[in-house]
Amino acid sequence: MINLAARDILHAWGKFVFTGIGLGLLIGVTLIMAGVYRGMVDDAKVLLDNSGADLWVVQKDTLGPYAESSSIYDDAWRGIRAMPGVAQAVNVTYLTMQVRRGEEDVRCMVSGIAVGGPGTPGWPPWLVAGRHLTRGHYEAVADIATGCRIGDRLRIRRNHYTVVGLTRRMVSSNGDPMVFIPLKDAQEAQFLKDNDAIRQQRRRTAENPIYDRPGIPNLVDEVIAAQSFNPFVNAVLVQIDPNSHPEEVADKIRRWKRLTVYTRAQMENILVGKLIATSARQIGMFLVILAVVSAAIVAFIIYTLTLGKIREIAVLKLIGTRNTTIAAMILQQAVTLGLIGFVVGRIAATFGAPYFPKHVLLVPRDSFAGLLAVILICILSSIVAIRAALKVDPAEAVGG
Amino acid sequence: MTGKGIGIQGLKKRYGRGDTAVDALKGVDMDVAPGEVVGLIGPSGSGKSTLLKCLGAVIEPTAGTMRLGAEIIYDDGWKVKDIRALRRDRIGFVFQAPYLIPFLDVTDNVALPSMLAGTANAEARRRALELLEALDVAHRARAMPSQLSGGEQQRVAIARGLVNRPPVILADEPTAPLDSERALAVIRILNEMAGKFETAVIVVTHDEKIIPTFKRIYHIRDGVTYEEQGQGRGFE
Repeated sequence: MINLAARDILHAWGKFVFTGIGLGLLIGVTLIMAGVYRGMVDDAKVLLDNSGADLWVVQKDTLGPYAESSSIYDDAWRGIRAMPGVAQAVNVTYLTMQVRRGEEDVRCMVSGIAVGGPGTPGWPPWLVAGRHLTRGHYEAVADIATGCRIGDRLRIRRNHYTVVGLTRRMVSSNGDPMVFIPLKDAQEAQFLKDNDAIRQQRRRTAENPIYDRPGIPNLVDEVIAAQSFNPFVNAVLVQIDPNSHPEEVADKIRRWKRLTVYTRAQMENILVGKLIATSARQIGMFLVILAVVSAAIVAFIIYTLTLGKIREIAVLKLIGTRNTTIAAMILQQAVTLGLIGFVVGRIAATFGAPYFPKHVLLVPRDSFAGLLAVILICILSSIVAIRAALKVDPAEAVGG
Repeated sequence: MTGKGIGIQGLKKRYGRGDTAVDALKGVDMDVAPGEVVGLIGPSGSGKSTLLKCLGAVIEPTAGTMRLGAEIIYDDGWKVKDIRALRRDRIGFVFQAPYLIPFLDVTDNVALPSMLAGTANAEARRRALELLEALDVAHRARAMPSQLSGGEQQRVAIARGLVNRPPVILADEPTAPLDSERALAVIRILNEMAGKFETAVIVVTHDEKIIPTFKRIYHIRDGVTYEEQGQGRGFE
């Protein structure tokens, strides 16, 4: 028996191909949306991987340092370093801000890293160009996605930094490229105010009667001095000994230091499960809408094509074609349309993904799931057309 | 399949129920021998199409008897289980318009009923080509229906109706869209094929040009048939 669906498709190939291309662009957008979600998850994991930490010690009862603000004293690391099972403990700050590069602003996450070297938690694990930070001030290592080159000058708050090294795929959980600067500079940048604000703060402090007590002549000066530096960091990144268990070390820090500690799994849960949960739901909604629109398009096209063949279907039935053969013909056409659309969509997504501002990660599993979804949608969409075809009375082929 | 004609006795068809019921056929008798071509003539609303649909097992009569060859296929109810197979294997249809399947070439249009009956594709195509040869359209075997003239399309449609060697062919105004010359050519072909394959052919028509060619004519009026001897003229 010849394949009626294939013959019909070959006969009207232009209709199928152009409809398939239109559907494919829709499927391409759907795959890109899924890729954006995967990219967000990947960004979160990359951030954790690149931090080089086993534990994140943050302000008590916060989800810091990525999902919430967290402040702990910058000398807390000493006590943590002395805990059993801890191999390294270093301060780190994170600040998402607009960094000035030349005449343009770049959205990025500025990370303040403590003195150390490659392998120290918080440090970029590798560079694609230049060198790591070697000076205590005004040097920066920037992700290549910032558009920086070696020797570029960045302005963070009032200070200028020279880019001495470049990294790749060092991004925040939002996908913003990272810029690494010395910890002291980062601490200062977090709370650095403009000159007017500093003068205003000093004037208010000096005029406050609480600090103008008889017998304590230098109190105001001491208070103002205390206000002029930032003794806080956002987190302490901890590497544990190879023979220690992360949860046991974390328990000890929680008990003795009265701080909140997250393991890698917990931090991943915060970033993926909480920080990008709303975005994931948003993307999920878009995927549902796109799936419904795709289904409507396939259903409409196949229904229209079927209605255009009512007389032929009546003749086919009259000369003895089984209902299953007619249903199979329509089903195969719907699935073929879906497959053309999927191939076009996959190609469009592959070539389009690099042009999206956010990291789009197309994974084979999503493509496979997309293919199954497309086939399922096409099967469901063809039901309306199949019902219409099966209702056709063979008597319609006979006049009168 | 060897043909032994078709016969009906007291065939009735009622549409609807109660006060709104309409008796489209009120007891039709008809007998067509193998190799015979008869005309079925009647005004609009006389019951021609209903009779054709009953004969073609497209709709179920209300009462009566229908014989196809030696077998009683209807006797106040269908006596065959698979009506679809009955239509496919034992009844050939030729329509007012050819209604060829636009996405199949001429050969496959003709071969399709045979393929549907389970014949291997190659054998079905061989039979189709034989018929196309007999109908003088073999040179268009690979053409698509849209590339054929009206007369060629109708000849292909006749070939499709004949491919399973059915004992009966029902032709529903097969010459309506054709001019006199082509209309007579189609009727001549139907006569030739009826003789060659021993097929009983019933031609429903309004066409004054071809009515004189029938040797026997059934008139139908108000759901009742009347038999009349035709002129049986030649086709020149």
